[in-house]
Amino acid sequence: MLIPVLLGMTIITFSIVHLIPGNPAQVILGEAATAEAIADLEESMGLNEPYWVQYGIYFMDLLQGDLGTSLRSKAEISSEIWPHLAATIELTIFAMIFAIVIGVNAGIISAWKQNSWFDFLAMIIALVGVSMPVFWLALMEQWIFAQELGWLPAYGRQDSRDPIAAITQFYVLDSLIHLDFERAFTILKHLVLPAIALGTIPMAIIARMTRSSMLEVMKSDYIRTIRAKGGSQFLVIYKHALKNAIIPILTVIGLQTGVLLGGAILTETIFSWPGIGRYVYEAISFRDYPVIQSGILVIAFIFVMVNLIVDIMYKIIDPRIKY
Amino acid sequence: MSEVILELQDLSTHFFTDYGEIPAVDRVSIKVHKGEVVGIVGESGCGKSVTSLSIMQLIPSPPGKIVGGEIRFKGENLALTTEKRMKKIRGNEISMIFQEPMTSLNPLFTIGNQMIEALRIHQKISKKEAKEQSINMLKRVGIPRAEQVIDEYPHQLSGGMRQRVMIAIAMSCEPEILIADEPTTALDVTIQAQILDLMRILNDEKETAILLITHDLGVVAEICERVVVMYSGQVVEEGTTREILKDPKHPYTQGLIKSLPKLHEKEQKLYSIPGTVPKPKMDRKGCRFASRCERAFDRCFQVDPELFLIEGERKSRCFLYDEKKGDGIDRAASSIRS
Repeated sequence: MLIPVLLGMTIITFSIVHLIPGNPAQVILGEAATAEAIADLEESMGLNEPYWVQYGIYFMDLLQGDLGTSLRSKAEISSEIWPHLAATIELTIFAMIFAIVIGVNAGIISAWKQNSWFDFLAMIIALVGVSMPVFWLALMEQWIFAQELGWLPAYGRQDSRDPIAAITQFYVLDSLIHLDFERAFTILKHLVLPAIALGTIPMAIIARMTRSSMLEVMKSDYIRTIRAKGGSQFLVIYKHALKNAIIPILTVIGLQTGVLLGGAILTETIFSWPGIGRYVYEAISFRDYPVIQSGILVIAFIFVMVNLIVDIMYKIIDPRIKY
Repeated sequence: MSEVILELQDLSTHFFTDYGEIPAVDRVSIKVHKGEVVGIVGESGCGKSVTSLSIMQLIPSPPGKIVGGEIRFKGENLALTTEKRMKKIRGNEISMIFQEPMTSLNPLFTIGNQMIEALRIHQKISKKEAKEQSINMLKRVGIPRAEQVIDEYPHQLSGGMRQRVMIAIAMSCEPEILIADEPTTALDVTIQAQILDLMRILNDEKETAILLITHDLGVVAEICERVVVMYSGQVVEEGTTREILKDPKHPYTQGLIKSLPKLHEKEQKLYSIPGTVPKPKMDRKGCRFASRCERAFDRCFQVDPELFLIEGERKSRCFLYDEKKGDGIDRAASSIRS
């Protein structure tokens, strides 16, 4: 299942880039280039080969981890893309931790105390959370917590006057490797605002999904059985009901993680977060086709991988699921 | 007769819905003695399941609520006890099995996990001991390859096997009473007989009283010593199984027994009681069965009949047995013979 999807993705990204009007050689050499110069460059770039040969070369390069060269920086995309990808993954991990911890627990308590004041409050917050535009939330956070209160930094991944010697490009991990806990704390502080901005919508969706899924499960016969066995409410909810309710919640978590990994351009721009969203966005404004193509491919690849992990987790949770 | 261990006294459970208050269980009194098998019989919606869930304090609440009466279990009134105390009683002193063996076990945990959990809620024993006890219990309820089954998931077992597992779980803490809410309804006939046999064996061995809820008079005849017939939230007749089956007093019970298919009679069409069970509602005047009763008279529509004592423990909620209105008995007696 995974292989045809990935193969299809390479074909689609390849085709889209080739369907875009304009000749890359012309773009590189500029308006004033002569026809001979363009033909020479096309020759050297392999652009005069038939499409399927070009795709074959591209695909073989891909298999070796070669994503091509950026037109703008002339650097290898595969090495250039990693720091951006790591920045996005790190932000997504923290945003999703925030979303899952709060969303799942709020959903559980809402279902447990259905129609209580907590339930109403949590569901109102969830409704506001899904309806709120991310850019507005991000700006409000910056205004309140950075501008007015001065508690947290508003921009970037770290203190720019004192950059970290990156190893893995995951800055929290890097600073822990260096045993530099003070730096780790600073980097965590930089993560708070963007993670909350990014995690709010997933949190709201997860909370609502958890609530409805739990309510559904709580009505089932086996929950009654556990009560009849003398099981406590805690055992009923956190062991038996949650495990049964978790599958739709996991699906939502998987999809939301994929969305955050690929589509956080707005948040990354507001918080000057050097992530993959901004990397692709900048490539689009410079018409850097190889970067756009690679960026889309990498995002799609991650999306597929996240969902693969979710599928594997289904199987672990529910013994009845067979592939 | 041995001591009474469970006694319901005028138990009333009402449901508070958008359509008003519904008296699902209306002043029900039932006694269960030690080691006795008592059946509660009635059609769907007559309140028999709600009665059993009320004893366990497992009524979905809201909307359900016990509004009156007592549930005396070994002298203690469960209707007034705390949830904490109920947790100690459930599964330990009073156990329950349900109609749907297919959905009554959590599909995501192994049989062993769910059995060990039941033991460890009430007893301070190690997982290893609990597992050994569980395997023994599975063997006792007649599960072959118990050592393997304990590590299997519910979906790998058949309905009959799952009901055996449910019984094993319910009996694992050696309760005083087992409440069985239609335990055989979802099973096919051969498995039904096996499950009933199993329950009878456990009843003999451990002197566990069984409160069996069913709509099947065949099941009652098979296993019960005493029967309580319920109709529209009320007890309408009470007596030993033999008395009820041979000589039903209440017109409703008579109708139920008449509607059983008989092997030796070649009737074209089975008898059925005309009409349907009226929905229970508050402030109903008169006998609940009156509108379907072939022998109802004026008084039946105006006054709520009480449970008249006929003789010994034999009771019937029908004016035909009201001694103050002597003419009823003669009429009843003549109609039974006919």
